[in-house]
Amino acid sequence: MAEEATVKIYRGDNDSGELVEYKIPLAPGMVVLDAVHTVQAMHAPDLAVRWNCKAGKCGSCGGEVNGKPKLMCMDRMDKYPAGEPITIRPMKSFPVLKDLVCDVSWNYEVNKKIPAFKMKDTGGEEPKFSQEEADRVQEFRKCIECFLCQNVCHVLREHNKQEEFAGPRFFVRAAGLEMHPLDDENRLGLLKDELGLGYCNITKCCTEVCPESIKITDNAIIPLKERVVDEFYDPVKKLLRVVFPKS
Amino acid sequence: MDKYQTFEYDVIIVGAGGAGLRAAIEASASGAKTALVCKSLLGKAHTVMAEGGVAAALRNVDSRDDWKVHFRDTMKGGKFLNQWRMAQLHAQEAPDRVRELEQWGAVFDRTKDGRMLQRNFGGHTYPRLAHVGDRTGLEMIRTLQDKGVHQGLDVHMECTIRWLLKDGERVAGCLGYQRESGRFVVFRAKAIVLATGGIGRCWEITSNSWEYTADGHAMAMWAGADLIDMEFVQFHPTGMVWPPSVRGTLITEGVRGEGGVLLNSEGQRFMFDNVPEMFQGDYAETQEEATEWVQQVIAGKQATVRRPPELLTRDVVARAIRKEVRAGRGSPHGGVFLDIASRRTAEEIKKKLPSMYHQFKELADVDITTDPMEVGPTCHYMMGGIRVHPETQESTVSGLFAAGESAGGMHGSNRLGGNSLSDLLVFGKRAGEYAARYAAETSSLGEINADEVQRVTAESLRPFDESDGENPYTLHEQLRTVMQNLVGIVRTDEDLRSALGKLEELREQTAKVKVGGNIQFNPGWHLALDLKNMLDISEAVTRAALERTESRGGHTREDYPGSDDEWGKVNNIVRQTDSGIEVFREPLPEMPDELKQLLKSE
Repeated sequence: MAEEATVKIYRGDNDSGELVEYKIPLAPGMVVLDAVHTVQAMHAPDLAVRWNCKAGKCGSCGGEVNGKPKLMCMDRMDKYPAGEPITIRPMKSFPVLKDLVCDVSWNYEVNKKIPAFKMKDTGGEEPKFSQEEADRVQEFRKCIECFLCQNVCHVLREHNKQEEFAGPRFFVRAAGLEMHPLDDENRLGLLKDELGLGYCNITKCCTEVCPESIKITDNAIIPLKERVVDEFYDPVKKLLRVVFPKS
Repeated sequence: MDKYQTFEYDVIIVGAGGAGLRAAIEASASGAKTALVCKSLLGKAHTVMAEGGVAAALRNVDSRDDWKVHFRDTMKGGKFLNQWRMAQLHAQEAPDRVRELEQWGAVFDRTKDGRMLQRNFGGHTYPRLAHVGDRTGLEMIRTLQDKGVHQGLDVHMECTIRWLLKDGERVAGCLGYQRESGRFVVFRAKAIVLATGGIGRCWEITSNSWEYTADGHAMAMWAGADLIDMEFVQFHPTGMVWPPSVRGTLITEGVRGEGGVLLNSEGQRFMFDNVPEMFQGDYAETQEEATEWVQQVIAGKQATVRRPPELLTRDVVARAIRKEVRAGRGSPHGGVFLDIASRRTAEEIKKKLPSMYHQFKELADVDITTDPMEVGPTCHYMMGGIRVHPETQESTVSGLFAAGESAGGMHGSNRLGGNSLSDLLVFGKRAGEYAARYAAETSSLGEINADEVQRVTAESLRPFDESDGENPYTLHEQLRTVMQNLVGIVRTDEDLRSALGKLEELREQTAKVKVGGNIQFNPGWHLALDLKNMLDISEAVTRAALERTESRGGHTREDYPGSDDEWGKVNNIVRQTDSGIEVFREPLPEMPDELKQLLKSE
């Protein structure tokens, strides 16, 4: 007999729902997403879940496993105590559409607010920059948009500042553009005023859950905050703005 | 009240991977009112999983490269069945398409002098793949996604298109359902671009996600379009084999491009003994020569010796691995060993292959900086697809275009690694451009046949009314087993005929497939509907494979082990006729003399 596991999966929508218990056979190397798929095939074909690559590359299958935000495809069942039920819920900070599927459309709306990459004028020359310069932004461009950082950020999770605050994912996005060696756009005013960068009080919850190990707080948010300070609160610059208002 | 919502556009693009996004960007930039319809959330399409790189003769690393060499490599990789004009346009236009991505903000790895770095890959004579570590696809899709979104095109996410609607001989729109609500939706459009990707979910061991259920291939065939080269399915040589949870998950060819070697259980580098005749003399013949090549490449020099045989084309490597396993020289879990640990430093491996490192560490408890990986073939890519005009990408149905994996012809019988990312850029752009032009030249939208809409929606809802049919998951597993065992890497007449019988049985059961729950985000229902696409396209593959009594590229017949010159002159065309799915032979288009000369010159 194969070993058995018990999973409790949230079934329902945003208004009502409950944890439903399922028993499934365990296989070597099984991940939580496999368990969900097994439940679909054996017990509940209409159980809703998002997934695509099943290798931690697409960021579709974020959820909360035993209360911890995880990519279900990278979360091994054998890391949980044998014999104890594993609880699988949808991400808490987004409205639940059905079962494990959330409405994440807000994120796509926020992204539209951030001006796209604008190529510097290289005078017709082939653009050149070093691998070291690339490394800096490639860290941010690793983001797979699983939105787990948005899910845990207390500004969104507890204070519901969705209207005024873009969230860690979009600070990473903005950092990837602002620090891009070929970008010629300035997003600092936007970050300060509309994207609410100031709300972040660097508790690093986002960094802790990032499946791509992006140092969101240290490498994206703090340097952006510094740039905003330099741009808007530097006394010398402030004085220059008063004297030369158009510069 | 209407039972379905209706939208009107000039151009509808179905699928939001690289080809769909690139087509949408081009169509909307041309002034066409454009929408992108995709099954997943934006940015999650299969392109995101592409790892190794995008092939383009940029000549940043080796100045001996140019489009002519790329063209020759591509044709040779496809065993000369490719539509030559597509292969030519692809090789000529890929460099501009890649540079354009950089203009849109993509950050590729750099050479020492600050230009786009290029790496070696199977079948490419020179280092040709621009890349970002082993996550090139993510970089490309994010770049295209942001370009598209800020250009103002509409995106209908999590919407599955099921049926193409025609007005007389031209396409008039398409019908689908919103995954979340289950509600039906009709898109009226002057032109439609199918960029729906592949068909890999028909096989048990596959690197493909749930989305690859042959939607575009099937819808085009049902609408009367020709399919081409359907017998050619690519089994990538290196998928994970253990544990079962990750069986089939891709390991990038970049591992071998970075110096990784294939070993059997006796520790032997068996690829030296598996160089086919057409590649004799092109690859290193000793371990020393192969090692020398890797060292030159790592040092950033132009290689003066021949490349390791691990970098032969995918069809060749996949067959060699299968042979080793069958001969009892496999790894404990039925693969062979891929070793990079003894070739490169731990630091280099983590830098150049970060997601491979992570994937093995997390999912297989293997540290690839110290231990070899176990690998085996996995169904990866569909060379065959919708037959298109090489310049415009229009199918044989007026107003219906196709690009990327869902289109056929570009890769012939076997695709080179890196050529799919360049394919989707080159032909995505062309499809978008010509679809927009078609729309501009078309005065009005075609009429939608309300009865047809009614019929397809009623059929789609029928699984909810079935009382004692089979579970869709069970039927899907059975289909995958049939295709894996009988229409896999190596085929025989007997197996293929047996597969046709089993597909027919499955089709009867699928007619009565039963689903529970309601229409809202119901994966069981979605799968029940996808089964029809997969069954019809599985039959198309099987019939084309039965017809081609030779071995070539991705199609290997145990009963016809050699290549046959006569078969080298024809493509198989699959078409749905009144008597079912039929295969027709079509002579290859005549290649101009100067290109013929290119293929001869070495």
